[in-house]
Amino acid sequence: MPQSNSMRSFVPILLLSALAAPLLALQTQAPAPAPATTPAKQSSKGSSHKSGYGSDGERIFAQHCSRCHTAPDGFSPRISGTVVLHMRVRASLSQHDEQELLHFLNP
Amino acid sequence: MSSPISSLSAPARRMTIVALAVAALLLTQHAAAQDTPLLSGGVGFLTDTKAGKTSYEPTIQPLLAAPIGPHVLIEGRATLVETFAPNGGDIPGYDHTHFIGNTYLQADYIASPHLTVVGGDFLIPFGTYNERLTPIWINNLQDGPLISGIGLMSSASGLGGELRGSAISRNKYSIDYTAYFSARSGNVQFNSERSTGGRASLYLTDSRLEIGVSYGRLLQGTQENFIGTHAWWEPKDTAFRLRSEYARGQHAQGYWAEADYRTQAFGGLDSWIGRIEPIFRMQQVFRINNLGSDNVASVNTQRVDFGLDYNLPHNTRILTSYARQFASTGNRNIWETGIVYRFLFPAWKGK
Repeated sequence: MPQSNSMRSFVPILLLSALAAPLLALQTQAPAPAPATTPAKQSSKGSSHKSGYGSDGERIFAQHCSRCHTAPDGFSPRISGTVVLHMRVRASLSQHDEQELLHFLNP
Repeated sequence: MSSPISSLSAPARRMTIVALAVAALLLTQHAAAQDTPLLSGGVGFLTDTKAGKTSYEPTIQPLLAAPIGPHVLIEGRATLVETFAPNGGDIPGYDHTHFIGNTYLQADYIASPHLTVVGGDFLIPFGTYNERLTPIWINNLQDGPLISGIGLMSSASGLGGELRGSAISRNKYSIDYTAYFSARSGNVQFNSERSTGGRASLYLTDSRLEIGVSYGRLLQGTQENFIGTHAWWEPKDTAFRLRSEYARGQHAQGYWAEADYRTQAFGGLDSWIGRIEPIFRMQQVFRINNLGSDNVASVNTQRVDFGLDYNLPHNTRILTSYARQFASTGNRNIWETGIVYRFLFPAWKGK
């Protein structure tokens, strides 16, 4: 496929940027964003988890929800069940993951 | 064998039964109180400058999710946009247009721990962008990828049924799937093509790597196949994300790769520096032929985006980006800015 001059000038930009991205990633170690509701942050249940998360729910939130978006600053506990049901469909969570996530958001 | 309650005196037994009944009622009410319908979505004010001409786009994307019992969820999203763009030619001033449209409206039935049955107007599950990144409060950059038209059958939504769920979920890995069939519809709000397809993804927990494949087949007119792959990686204990997709249709193919990062080195993610989020995306699309209409650039195109977002408190983000696009039809600069607020609250007042 023929390459134009603009394409040739495009390649160095791509290479430089591709090299810079992993360096930025290795610069620091940051935890997952904060959970949606504050009570779960203090939950000591399952603190012996090998994964380094406080609970299965926290791990599920970090791995499945935070993959796409950051956590909201907070929301009413009256909608926590609806949020989790919505996430179950959107993120294809298992039933176990749904239950653990609900417990994490609304312990 | 007698129960502990039966060993109590009659008054004490009555009191215990009443207390248990009240506790059960309270627990039931508590559970039900978590299932209030919600309103969520994003509202934003976006600007877009191309060739020195700036357009303004106030946008609202509301989402409603309403559960009916523990197994059924009704959900839908709409988009309302008002666009103020400069008049063409030498005519001064601005003209404006508006768009109000249903994005999706579906009913979800949780049939089993591994299966959800979806009916209605749903987002086509091809790749990751359409289902995950189209909400304005999620996407790091205003513009979608150049290849986002491949595999989405023109309308990006299907009218019919979909099966989806978690096939396997283990501590080390999980596999999820989705498969759909869509009928043809010419309705303005529920426009769709007759098509079928699906997606399967594998997520490796330890490495936090997701890889997946997508397939779609257009079943009307000139029947066409679409294939796609995606890879998302978020190294553990970092706020670095790498997302990428490749898609190929019979008339075009291409890829995009996007990286974003937030540092915690200077006081955490909520410090003023930790809220800064640099973004880089590169993408290319290659035109195979111009025989079909697939919402993809008509010539080979390359584009690189440099974004700098700022994550304010209270679910608000400032989005800024500069992009340089290269194509035989002309190279151009694209400057974009915006402020987006994400809302999430119960659909009605309660106790």
